Amino acid sequence: MMIFEAILLTIITAATPLLLAAIGEVVVERSGVLNLGVEGMMIMGAATGFAVAILTGSSLLGVMAGLFAGMAMSLLFAALVLGLAANQVASGLALTIFGLGLSGLVGFPFVGAKREAMAHLYLPYLSDLPFFGRVIFGQDPLVYIAFALALAVALIIGRTRAGLVLRAVGENHHSAHALGHNVRQVRLLAILFGGACAGLAGAYLSLVYTPFWTPGMTAGRGWIALAIVVFASWRAGRAVIGAYLFGGVSILQLHAQGFGLGVPAQALAALPYLTTIIVLFALSRLPRGSSRAPACLGQPFLPAR
Amino acid sequence: MTGVGTQDSGDQPLLAASAISKRYGSLLANDAIDLAIRPGEIHALLGENGAGKSTLVKILYGLIAPDSGQIIWQGAPLVLSGPAEARHHGIAMVFQHFSLFDTLSVVENVALALPPEPVAALSERVYRVSREYGLDLEPGREVWRLSVGERQRIEIVRCLMQNPKLLILDEPTSVLSPTETSGLFRTLEAIRGEGRSVLYISHKLEEVRVLCRSATVLRHGRKVASCDPSRESAASLARMMVGEDIHDVQVKPHRGDGAERLGVRQLNLASPDPHGTSLVDVSFSVRAGEIVGIAGVAGNGQDELFSALSGEVSSLPETVCIDGQAVGAKGIVARRELGAAFIPEERLGHGAAPGFTLSENVLVSQHGKQGFVRRGVLDRAALRDCLAAIRQRFDVRAGEIDPPARALSGGNLQKFIVGRDIMGAPRLVIVAQPTWGVDAGAAAFLRQSLVDLAEQSGAVLVISQDLDELFELSDRIAVLSRGRLSPALPRGQQTRESIGLMMGEAMREVAHAPHA
Repeated sequence: MMIFEAILLTIITAATPLLLAAIGEVVVERSGVLNLGVEGMMIMGAATGFAVAILTGSSLLGVMAGLFAGMAMSLLFAALVLGLAANQVASGLALTIFGLGLSGLVGFPFVGAKREAMAHLYLPYLSDLPFFGRVIFGQDPLVYIAFALALAVALIIGRTRAGLVLRAVGENHHSAHALGHNVRQVRLLAILFGGACAGLAGAYLSLVYTPFWTPGMTAGRGWIALAIVVFASWRAGRAVIGAYLFGGVSILQLHAQGFGLGVPAQALAALPYLTTIIVLFALSRLPRGSSRAPACLGQPFLPAR
Repeated sequence: MTGVGTQDSGDQPLLAASAISKRYGSLLANDAIDLAIRPGEIHALLGENGAGKSTLVKILYGLIAPDSGQIIWQGAPLVLSGPAEARHHGIAMVFQHFSLFDTLSVVENVALALPPEPVAALSERVYRVSREYGLDLEPGREVWRLSVGERQRIEIVRCLMQNPKLLILDEPTSVLSPTETSGLFRTLEAIRGEGRSVLYISHKLEEVRVLCRSATVLRHGRKVASCDPSRESAASLARMMVGEDIHDVQVKPHRGDGAERLGVRQLNLASPDPHGTSLVDVSFSVRAGEIVGIAGVAGNGQDELFSALSGEVSSLPETVCIDGQAVGAKGIVARRELGAAFIPEERLGHGAAPGFTLSENVLVSQHGKQGFVRRGVLDRAALRDCLAAIRQRFDVRAGEIDPPARALSGGNLQKFIVGRDIMGAPRLVIVAQPTWGVDAGAAAFLRQSLVDLAEQSGAVLVISQDLDELFELSDRIAVLSRGRLSPALPRGQQTRESIGLMMGEAMREVAHAPHA
């Protein structure tokens, strides 16, 4: 029983940063923008969040700093792809490379610094329940925030006018413009939200998951978040499943290696990606409309004047 | 805003544009155009394809900024920063190329154009308004499942629900059935009665004569005349537009005793779309040297029939025969190799790739032809020569030599697509809505091209909602209604009324379904 609880707890910790980053990217891509800079925004969140937490001694300030660092990075991206209508793929890749480099600089003085992981929630009695107590009622606040965000984004995209405008802009920016919607403004807000989420995900890594700073510590999680968005077919609800599937498989393969199964470690490590391929294949069999990418994804918007 | 004279006498125009100019490269799309629209009038804007009508209305709607010129709106100068501002002032527009969102539902498409409102209430209102105006819509359906006629209805209903002071309609009736068109006309008369104004672009001059009391005529980017269409004849209006007389289509009497080119036998095809119309027991034939017309209101199986004939959807081998060969299970290339050509109704996206240049679009349907590929490499020079020949023979007007397809006006793109596919004198042509959004002169030319093709013993199948067109062209006419095809009878044995009745049958059957 103890081992299952331990596995479940590590899965939640592994899945939460993926979920946060994926939720942000769902919103960005629904607006028709492809931001491949998730990894770069995430690691800047991790470095800045950890640095501020060490300097101030406050986890909350650290988390906020991570969030704003991600937003600042995304603002740079927005200036390129919205202001200058630059190629989104190239700008996103540049953002990732830039973020990996800059985070090394920002985090350099804090390599080797140590601090306690962020406090977990403790509800008397509830958190003491056997097994489920700690899993459900004893997590750090960001785990709950991630779930709340996923729910809120799903509702906003599917049920509100703001979400409808977001989808419209991603589906056909020329028509949205012709109907009087401000395409660039909608996309700017979506990109900033995506940056904030990625920064938050990064701060989670350096303040809760490890908790310390080491250069390159995101280790490709930004890319997995991008894969989750496709896996989730641009739906916030499905992103929860995707994040936990990826988080789960990545943890389980570690445990499987620990148990000494007769399967090569590399094959186990490839499991999340095999899962993606199988699920993408299954999704492609669904009828049109339910699993399609936003039609304007990755296209710069240049109104003819 | 100066606020001076906004409550002036009724003679003051609602909108007065003066000396509007807009240049694209070497093409002067608008050359010092003046236009005045009074309150409570339906004003026609006439001109050939490429005369500058679309550019002018896009300027009035704020989508394009003019190079020079001034717009006076209700007595005060107006500089539009974009469509949002135009809409704020009460200017609404129905576009020629649809401005709809394919993956969204009908009601969501309407909601995006209106101030916030609960979706359930809006669905109810869309349903009610569309019934009221005779433009039936199902609020919950997604746009990509709908035909062009149904999409046009959404655009119109969406604009009507904005209660605009000025409603701009860019060729609204080109894909509407006669019933839908008369419903729209009643609506426009009602709008006029409320003191609101309509700017109406259409190539159907008879419609303009009935509906409009004032008109501005453009030719090659200049204003050449203004007139009262009700005092003109369709021929005199056309003369103003073109600058010369339009020749009637020369149709020879009944031909069609040649060999069977296209044979369709008991074609049953379930539509892949749950809201689509399945084909039931469709049988007909087209012989060498004849033109067969298929009439019907959009959404009665036209898309499904076209897909089955072109090979985009396969069927049982013997259900579709070209020159006696069973091709039902074969693809579009195999059918083209037998000398068939297919011209779909949707120009951008289906008939042509919007981002490709015209010469690349030549290759899209003509890649099987000899001469465009040499040793596995595209022969760009041959493609450009072919494009030049199409542009010359079919008078395709554009600013550049080889522009992307999306840069062309609707009518010019249509001329290009029809020209591309009938240039090589195919043995069989299947064409849907051949003159949708094409001006009178060009429409006559395209129809004449189809007639000439039949003269040279080609076989032509025309799927159209335009009854005038079908009566002008066809040797035999059949009606497609709820996926069933009536027998194709010679034109002389049918009247507009008898065809119209069969086209309308679908709706009445639905209404009386419990008794049937």
